[in-house]
Amino acid sequence: MTNNHTASTPIRAGVDIGGTFTDIVLETPNGQTSTKVLTTYTRPEDAIIEGLLAVTATAGIKPSDIGMVIHGTTLATNALIERRGARTALITTEGFRDVIEMRTESRFEQYDLNLVLPEALIPREHRYTVAERILADGSVDTPLNEDHIRTLISTMKTDGIASIAIGLLHSYANPVHEQRVREIIAKEWPDIPISLSSEVSPQMREYERFNTVAANAYVKPIMESYLMRLKARLSEHLISAPVFLMHSGGGIIDLMSAATFPVRLVESGPAGGAIFAANIASRFHLDRVLSFDMGGTTAKICLIKDHVPKTSRSFEVARSYRFKKGSGMPISIPVIDMVEIGAGGGSIAGLDAMRQITVGPESAGSEPGPSCYQRGGTRPAVTDADLLMGKLDPDDFAGGSIPLSTDNAKTAITDQIAAPLGLDLDRAAFGIAEVVDENMANAARVHAVESGEDLGGYVMIAFGGAGPLHAVRLAQKLNIPRVLIPASAGVGSAVGFLKAPFSFEASRSLYLRLSDWQEAPVKDMLKELRDQATSFVRASVPDSNIDISAKAYMRYVGQGWEIPVELDEEWCKSPDKTDITSLFEERYSLLFSRVVEGLDIEITSWTVLATTPVQPSPPILACEGQINDHPIGHRQMMDMASGENLTAAVFARKDLRPGAMINGPAAIVEPETTVLVPVGGIALMQSDGTLDLRLDGDMTNA
Amino acid sequence: MLDAVALQIMWNRLISVVEEQAQALIRTAFSTSVREAGDLSAGVYDSAGNMLAQAVTGTPGHVNAMAESVGHFMNEIGVEHMRDGDVYITNDPWKGTGHLHDITVVTPVFRMGKLIGFFANTAHVVDVGGRGFGADGNSLYEEGIQIPIMPFVRQGEVNQDLIRIIRQNVRESDQVVGDIYALATSNDVGIRRLMAMLDEYSAADLSQISDFIMTRSRQATLERIAALTPGSASAKMDIDGFDKVITIAVHVNIDKDHVSADFTGTSGLDKKGINVPMVYTRAYTCYGLKVAIAPDIPNNTASLAPFVITAPEGTIVNAPHPAPVALRHVVGQMLPDVTFGALYQLLPGHIQAEGASALCNFQVSLTPRQGANMPPNAKSAEVLSFNSGGSGARPNIDGLNATAFPSGVMTMPVEATENVGPVIIRRKELRSDSGGAGKWRGGLGQYMDIAARDGYDLVFSAMLDRVDHPARGRQNGHNGAPTTLACDDGTPLRGKGRQAVPTGATVCLGFPGGGGFGDPKQRDRDLVRRDVRRGYISRDAAIRDYGMTEEDLNIHDSDGTS
Repeated sequence: MTNNHTASTPIRAGVDIGGTFTDIVLETPNGQTSTKVLTTYTRPEDAIIEGLLAVTATAGIKPSDIGMVIHGTTLATNALIERRGARTALITTEGFRDVIEMRTESRFEQYDLNLVLPEALIPREHRYTVAERILADGSVDTPLNEDHIRTLISTMKTDGIASIAIGLLHSYANPVHEQRVREIIAKEWPDIPISLSSEVSPQMREYERFNTVAANAYVKPIMESYLMRLKARLSEHLISAPVFLMHSGGGIIDLMSAATFPVRLVESGPAGGAIFAANIASRFHLDRVLSFDMGGTTAKICLIKDHVPKTSRSFEVARSYRFKKGSGMPISIPVIDMVEIGAGGGSIAGLDAMRQITVGPESAGSEPGPSCYQRGGTRPAVTDADLLMGKLDPDDFAGGSIPLSTDNAKTAITDQIAAPLGLDLDRAAFGIAEVVDENMANAARVHAVESGEDLGGYVMIAFGGAGPLHAVRLAQKLNIPRVLIPASAGVGSAVGFLKAPFSFEASRSLYLRLSDWQEAPVKDMLKELRDQATSFVRASVPDSNIDISAKAYMRYVGQGWEIPVELDEEWCKSPDKTDITSLFEERYSLLFSRVVEGLDIEITSWTVLATTPVQPSPPILACEGQINDHPIGHRQMMDMASGENLTAAVFARKDLRPGAMINGPAAIVEPETTVLVPVGGIALMQSDGTLDLRLDGDMTNA
Repeated sequence: MLDAVALQIMWNRLISVVEEQAQALIRTAFSTSVREAGDLSAGVYDSAGNMLAQAVTGTPGHVNAMAESVGHFMNEIGVEHMRDGDVYITNDPWKGTGHLHDITVVTPVFRMGKLIGFFANTAHVVDVGGRGFGADGNSLYEEGIQIPIMPFVRQGEVNQDLIRIIRQNVRESDQVVGDIYALATSNDVGIRRLMAMLDEYSAADLSQISDFIMTRSRQATLERIAALTPGSASAKMDIDGFDKVITIAVHVNIDKDHVSADFTGTSGLDKKGINVPMVYTRAYTCYGLKVAIAPDIPNNTASLAPFVITAPEGTIVNAPHPAPVALRHVVGQMLPDVTFGALYQLLPGHIQAEGASALCNFQVSLTPRQGANMPPNAKSAEVLSFNSGGSGARPNIDGLNATAFPSGVMTMPVEATENVGPVIIRRKELRSDSGGAGKWRGGLGQYMDIAARDGYDLVFSAMLDRVDHPARGRQNGHNGAPTTLACDDGTPLRGKGRQAVPTGATVCLGFPGGGGFGDPKQRDRDLVRRDVRRGYISRDAAIRDYGMTEEDLNIHDSDGTS
């Protein structure tokens, strides 16, 4: 197996900038070193340098020995959420100035008379229109008024515009007008950044496409400047290694592509987490995996089939109303498809009108934090409930760095939950944990249905600070009998960056009904997409093998939801109508049990993915299990399913050798988190340091 | 025995189960009204026919109407005749959700041989035969095929006779039949999830969770009502109607333990298809009361029960069979607005001004013109479009621009619409100066211009109101702008009915704005300047309606605008 980039660059660093911590993982031929440093908001590159210097020192290498830096960041996401981007213009078709403001013309919450819709990313005064019109088939109805553009340039300069998005109707079908607008502006105003909707997101549906190009243009100046500063700072420290970025689709792109399409960096951190889980899945030969990443504020759930995270072509960023679907901004780019809900260790519990317990999405964050943190927080949070349930050791939380106050947790939960409901304290704490676990379970179930999946037969891989604490109960609710908790679960995303392939997905909306089948345009388009995707990957890794896969998104005429149909290279070279018809029918009957006779079939869009081969990971060899019955102590803990109190054995994860088996009820502690083994369950320490939990005690397939 | 925490979890789970039921319907549906616009509903019922939970996805007219529907199925089929594997169907406007285009499917749930409850759902299908979707019918018999309550599936066996009759009677038979299957599949998804939940909690049936939901919901709703000051108030609103003005009159009474709304004094039946079956009147009026009084309590039989809605038979809001009812939404969606007129007097500070209210829908029929030089594959096409005007200003917030209220549906993307048929949308953008001026401004309506591509004839079926009766403001807030419609060549168009458009002409529509709230002279000057900068209002309107001077407008206004 040849694998050029790993062969030539043995030392690689994964860098994940998160909301609270910047995680650094260094991979050398001698193993992995990791650290967490506080994120430095104003100059994020400072934390990276600090972390890199720390891990290289630990590993005993010079910073200049680093051969490659792979980076993921929430900076683009935060700029969108906090509206800290550049003053951006949107140039659009006359008559369609308000597409990004009118949204879907619906309310995402039907029972709120005081509903406020989020402001458009680009306010109306900075949305400019030009006379031009292209039709659905790509034909030009009204030619572009070029003089109009020239007048616009001086208006935009007067208005202080610092970045320009161009979004014209049907540009996915014919980009010629968008390209011409750019040409004219670039000639007279060479240094202004310009983004084209036909390049950023060439997909039908104007609201999503315009919003995506607007978001790209909006974060472009910030991200460009950050990436250039990072590059310079690394050079100061003699790190001349190339910097690559994790994109939201789970692949890696080079620095210049990232600066051109910064919207593709949105959600790159969580994408790294999904890649991390996919890698574990592959090592354990698990074909159906639910990845569960729970932190302080949110939980992310993603489905991984055949070692590949499920992807989607759009998602929503910056949900403004309780994480509610529809309350954010749609971004149409290739993404790892995950559901993110406001459920984390800091999520706050309260009571609603029916005197029922609610949890989240409001979070206590790290300041003031849950009331048990003793930093001024007085409202009960999930961590407070976890503490009272005995899931956490008050003296050994976060490696003992944050002493937890059981009294504070008791007061908060008694005053605000138990007393008003007339419940005893234990039951109230149990109720809070049950509600947050149920919220996550419901989100997972709906996500599975939306993805056409049934969770029967899935295995869960849990990570993130709060993940291992809630994984077991979530798995019970989803009827998942097996949970894996990998080593380095706390820096999972950064580890994932090191496992990700170099990849780029090119996509195009070329609408076609099979009754109007034409071979030539399909063939030409697929070749263009292939060339585009390949050249992006080549830019990063000139010599690697590149795998190509193509998909057509198809449905019956009249339906609204396409299904992806995979096309092989042979087909792409000589597209054939009969073949693609049977491929579609096969896939359709698999999903919906029968084909619909006599209806025309349509294709709405096409994608071509170019990717370097996934690095092979050594499979995990089966371990001979041996029961370990020498705990380091015992603690009172509540049974997660019944809420009964019981005594649990406590083990230190670092002491467990491969093959060690722990019978529940038990708590396995480590600096970043605690793994709980339920009553009747059993945990096996695998040879790679992964804890393999069997909730029903059944150890087959270990 | 399940305790309160377990029961709360089960309640949440039921809400999630019906959400899955709704998502399964969207994924497998054909009609654009379901899959793009979300014109559907899904719910779960106990064995007595009480609705326990409804999907968040869906629109009030369906959801609240469907709450009543299962009872009709129980009566007509007879519980003793129901068997595992049965699925029942109807599109009866009086026993379903108000017009023939909505098909309701009910599936009984059996557990260990015992009937424990039902799943039901509703979707707006693309065609039911008759004259097609529009206001032009003179009686129900002209509006399409009627499916009485009957089995669609009998113990697993599909009723092929019914399918053949439907296929023979509708224009898009594959899609309609496909949608019926999608409805049945969606209920099946619900049943699978429900069974898994009952297994997890070792519950034999729904009785305990049903009692819990009913008790909690009733209590919470009654607490909300008890917190109000009892009293009663009346309101009236005139709307365009088909060709004669309709007056809607309502009397709202807040009592200790219930709130009632009665429509005595409302106009009689119309000759055309804008009449409203009582079930739809109850649904939207109930929505209007509930959203104002107890918005955060989930919809179910108990939380809806304290809202009592009545209307004399023979008024347009209690139309008997066989009145034509295809466009019952045009009048029905006005009911929250008129109800708000009364509630405003009873709950000052909580109630918004009037808005566009009814969706601004239209359908266009495009046919290749005889003699035009057309490609050989040129086909006719029907294109349906859902759109919204502005909502009314709230007592402390502006109205929503071009956003559906009270309906819950979405619009279709222009690029998707233009891919469906040879139509060109020339304009779809916010309409300046259409939001009623006020301390809080009404939501803006929108402009839409529609034309046929070269070589096609265009027939325009209008479903618009508020041409002569704009949304009214409150507390000296101004009215929103009325609906406008005409062709660009000057040909006038009517607000309702099918109308041929001259060759090459463009249909120009201005959808109405919401009413303003409070005196516009008291509006924050910065907000007025912002509105001018954004073009929500013109400089002239700022001076005329808001009392601004040229000097006021120039402060911090370096950007300037037209």
